[in-house]
Amino acid sequence: MKLSKVFKDGLINDNPIFVQLIGMCSTLAVTTNLVNSFAMGLAVLVVLIGSNFVISLLRNVIPDKIRIPAFVVVIATFVTIVEMFMKAYAQPIYQALGIFLPLIVVNCIILARAEAFAFKNGIIPSIVDGLGMGLGYTFALVVLGAIREIFGAGTLLGKSLFGAGYQPAGIFVMPPGAFILLGVLIGIFNVVRNKKTSSRI
Amino acid sequence: MSIAAILISTIFVNNYVLARFLGICPFLGVSNKMETATGMGVAVTFVVTLSSIITYFIQKGILDVMGLGYLQTIVFILVIAALVQFVELVIKKISPTLYNALGVYLPLITTNCVVLGVTILNIQEGYNLIQTIFNAIGSSVGFTLALVLISGIREKFEVLDIPEALKGFPIALITAGLMSIAFLGFNGLV
Repeated sequence: MKLSKVFKDGLINDNPIFVQLIGMCSTLAVTTNLVNSFAMGLAVLVVLIGSNFVISLLRNVIPDKIRIPAFVVVIATFVTIVEMFMKAYAQPIYQALGIFLPLIVVNCIILARAEAFAFKNGIIPSIVDGLGMGLGYTFALVVLGAIREIFGAGTLLGKSLFGAGYQPAGIFVMPPGAFILLGVLIGIFNVVRNKKTSSRI
Repeated sequence: MSIAAILISTIFVNNYVLARFLGICPFLGVSNKMETATGMGVAVTFVVTLSSIITYFIQKGILDVMGLGYLQTIVFILVIAALVQFVELVIKKISPTLYNALGVYLPLITTNCVVLGVTILNIQEGYNLIQTIFNAIGSSVGFTLALVLISGIREKFEVLDIPEALKGFPIALITAGLMSIAFLGFNGLV
């Protein structure tokens, strides 16, 4: 298996949000603005690379029957590290992400990659897979966060975009906006992907 | 906060699925049929309530006393995973009928963020034991309500003409968005 293919699969072909549709909770909850989305993406990226690395390192040691609890402990350790790090160095973002930072433990993306990839592959491919999947997740979050911030608050990275006359469409930063926007984005992603595959044939 | 306020708040106003985005995976994953949705809801209610009580005692009796608060995430998820396994065994022994009905959903509950989310929020909000129990019941009833409601709607999708690109998850997400708007109507109840 080529590393570039592993990487590209994670980023685009098997994008965790747009294609595999896993890890939705944090995606919908933290994308009210761009900074939070990026921070969450980064946190998941770090945990994913770390847990993929350790699990592929231990894949011959962990007994098959208790692999899920073993994965969960590894993942929870990395999540706690990231949590403590953010608490110490990025207090405002730690506050904004709130409950969704410890909830990275039960983010299906990480467990799914541990089970489906890291447990079966070597160390280098596992790290690359973590990098690709993590970046794919970050990419989806950043897109969602940017759209929600631009339309919902009229700002980007906290800077006003449209001047004082703009009435922000508050629905975008409220929960319903998150659901509807993600539904529409996945729909668009499907259309683009279907066109690509059919033109290839 | 009074018990009634906690119940109304967690079931309607701050519904865990539609307003707080916890438990979206099972909400979208097992909401195709109303029967399975109800089964999942009952199983989740059971596990959330039980794990809330156990984690409450672990936090107050062990982690707080020994100053191990930073181990919260690791300890809680292990407790939940073990509890789910235990509940599965007990139900299998006591009531095979119930086990057959819930069986497939039980292992899935470990990675349901409602469970871990509620247990952590109980501690963060500083609830006492009674409030913890009612917060757990309210949040899982709210989860069940949202799950059953959307499964009722999704059953009808099978006969509807939906654009190809929106079939499956996208249309379910948009439906959830509309439900979420409807639930906004409860704002101000508490």
